[in-house]
Amino acid sequence: MDTLFQMFSLPLLLISFRYATPLILAALGGVFNERSGVINIALEGMMLFGAFAAVYGSGLTGNPWIGVLYALVGGLVFALILAVVCVTFKADQIVVATGINIFASGLTIYLMQVLFGVSGTSPRAPRLPPVRVLGMRYNPLTFVAIALVPVAWFVLFKTPWGLRIRSIGEHPSAADTLGINVNKYRFICVLISGALAGLAGAHLSIGEYSAFVRDMSQGRGFIALAAMIFGKWHPIGAFGAALLFGYAEAISIRVSFAYIPSELIRAIPYVLTIIVLAGFIGKAIPPKAIGKPYFKGED
Amino acid sequence: MSGENNYLLEMRGITKIFPGVKANDNVDLLVKKGEIHALVGENGAGKTTLMKVLYGLYDSDAGEIFYDGEKINMTDPQQAINLGIGMVHQHFKLIDTLTVTENIILGAEPRQGLAINYDRAREQVEEISKKYGLKVDPDAKIQDISVGMQQRVEIIKILYRGADLLIFDEPTAVLTPQEIDELFEIFNSLREQGKTLIFITHKLKEVKTISDRITVLRDGKSVDCVETSSVTEKDVAELMVGREVLFRVEKDKAKPGKEVLQVKNIHVRDNRGLKTVNGISLNVKEGEIYGIAGVEGNGQTELVEALTGLRPVEEGQVFYQGEDITNLSARKLKDRKIGHIPEDRLRRGLVTNFTLSENFILGFHHQSPYSRSIFMDYKEIEEHAKSLIGDFDVRTSSHNNLASKLSGGNQQKVIIAREFIQEPKLLIASQPTRGVDVGSIEFIHKQLINKRDEGTAILLVSAELNEILSLSDRIGVIYEGEIVDTFTAEEADEREIGRLMTGSGKEVKTGE
Ligand SMILES: Nc1ncnc2c1ncn2[C@@H]1O[C@H](COP(=O)(O)OP(=O)(O)OP(=O)(O)O)[C@@H](O)[C@H]1O
Ligand SMILES: [Mg+2]
Repeated sequence: MDTLFQMFSLPLLLISFRYATPLILAALGGVFNERSGVINIALEGMMLFGAFAAVYGSGLTGNPWIGVLYALVGGLVFALILAVVCVTFKADQIVVATGINIFASGLTIYLMQVLFGVSGTSPRAPRLPPVRVLGMRYNPLTFVAIALVPVAWFVLFKTPWGLRIRSIGEHPSAADTLGINVNKYRFICVLISGALAGLAGAHLSIGEYSAFVRDMSQGRGFIALAAMIFGKWHPIGAFGAALLFGYAEAISIRVSFAYIPSELIRAIPYVLTIIVLAGFIGKAIPPKAIGKPYFKGED
Repeated sequence: MSGENNYLLEMRGITKIFPGVKANDNVDLLVKKGEIHALVGENGAGKTTLMKVLYGLYDSDAGEIFYDGEKINMTDPQQAINLGIGMVHQHFKLIDTLTVTENIILGAEPRQGLAINYDRAREQVEEISKKYGLKVDPDAKIQDISVGMQQRVEIIKILYRGADLLIFDEPTAVLTPQEIDELFEIFNSLREQGKTLIFITHKLKEVKTISDRITVLRDGKSVDCVETSSVTEKDVAELMVGREVLFRVEKDKAKPGKEVLQVKNIHVRDNRGLKTVNGISLNVKEGEIYGIAGVEGNGQTELVEALTGLRPVEEGQVFYQGEDITNLSARKLKDRKIGHIPEDRLRRGLVTNFTLSENFILGFHHQSPYSRSIFMDYKEIEEHAKSLIGDFDVRTSSHNNLASKLSGGNQQKVIIAREFIQEPKLLIASQPTRGVDVGSIEFIHKQLINKRDEGTAILLVSAELNEILSLSDRIGVIYEGEIVDTFTAEEADEREIGRLMTGSGKEVKTGE
């Protein structure tokens, strides 16, 4: 009874926003690149590198906002690799992104050794100033994430650029025949995705914490992908799914169950995503041209 | 040199080489302002390629293009659009999940601040729609509208961009006869408003009906440009093929044998769950062709899919040589020597990013000699492909080419070759000559008759009434999922069947 009470308590619901923040940011990024027809399973690696870059920038300058900027650029740099190799040179997106994930993990460990001379946890760096809302402590990136949801929706569904992005993900050759530069838009979408994943990383390292811990993204990039699919490639859907998954994480951490291991609760996002993909809750239809590089003149 | 002839477009000496193929070889195309210019040629003659060069989708390897007297260096579609050139592609370039309006404005969206001004967009669409008589529903999604309307969307799309020269690549291949008539009315109204049209088709009757002049391509070369009024259909066919073409199918009377296929009162639903086949019964015997005449969308697709194991039969039974084969899988039906030429070659007929060799054995890949125990015998498969390419005159540089690189008509020949060579006892052929040139139609028709004479039972479904009339020994007319009447070849009357196809005969029949 007590457990049940805890599970649905207001503080737990409010705290879910904190856990959901990195998922919202990375899932929004995922919506952009997947809507344009590029798969990005490297969100995980981009987030991890962003987390490291944030601590480095914050520690170096003593200003956590500079740390955020570093995270953004860090995510961008990794996205640039994916964009050049997969969009410009049309390599396989899954293979390259998997490589990026492994590379990000190794690189951050290596850089910790070289820059800080440690291996597990980095020295402490200034964290973002907390903001109190409804008696809860948040870091500013949570509000950035929430604010970006309507922005992403507006861009994708109300502006010409959004229409073009969506058309490119469905039928690139149709867009091409209308004079839309398919690869340019895809390139930009991948960069947007990288920048947002970088921000998500900053939230982990200097938002909720004040240091970098090896492999601290802990699969959140993949959960963000799951949220994007669960949300049917829609910014608002992805936001809702990210919140739900954040809530699941909050429960697994904050509520103690007598009989259910917390790992099982953490698996909820994946289970839900599988259920959605299997078509039990409406149909989740990915953009038609997803994962396929575009060659000019093809049908 | 250009101005005095009033040419809007001059393409001179265009050459386009793909690895192993000269798709265009020193081609000339001269189009006068305000005319409808037909571009004809066999499958693979290079028509689509030439238009893609003009539209900036392919770079040419040699040649010059003049537009309105000025030399242009076409690099991408945006440039073509800016010049006032628009193209309706052989395979539509529409985005299924977007609305009609969104498809039309894409890339040239009216804005209000940062956002798209959808009200303006809809107004503009409606304006063009009214001006040229192009009926569309601006708010419908592409996936929910008919092929005919999709084509009108394509036309509005290019008019919206202010096109003066409109290219139509085989626009009639997918249309019903009524839709074709409507399209020609649109063509006429476009011509009256001063637009210039390039029109690609395989149907020479259409060329005679609507065009002013004709350019003929053969094997990548332009062989002639003639005034339409000065030639007959037969002349054009000969120019295209380089020999005389028989328009009439020569055949003896059928000698039907045992019953091979027996369909008993079957009911089938379509993708949306609507019943589109409502109790069809028919039978096909050895050595005869049973033709199903009807306007597309009256249940033919679902009927064929149900008979080939691609769609469940809800009610009723299907017998093949006395055996109940209702709802057997496609594989089991193939193993029983039931051949299938599907109506949609890209979706059902081919794996377009497989090679020709591989496509030639699809569905038979598990049978000897193409596979032994768990291994494929690629040597055998290759030999098989080479011989079929020769026998069926598939125009390609190698059996290792991807099926996606073939021209539309040659893709069709690949499917036909694959199914014919397996000596089917029952052949279900759906739109076997769609998008195929006159020479190849003659060839395919001859092959069908040969198969019939060898004793194959053939169920032929076609939207071309002429095809049904000239090939079939018995004809069933389908309307709204029912066979409303049947005829023998001798009784068949084109007018009467045409009437039944559009439903006007239904009352008569039920009144009996
Ligand atoms: N992208 C490509 N790569 C390689 N070869 C190609 C490509 N596109 C076309 N071809 C080849 O160029 C030749 C001309 O093809 P094209 O599509 O222009 O013919 P077409 O006249 O339009 O024929 P159809 O009437 O069947 O549509 C064919 O031999 C075809 O196989
Ligand atoms: Mg063509």
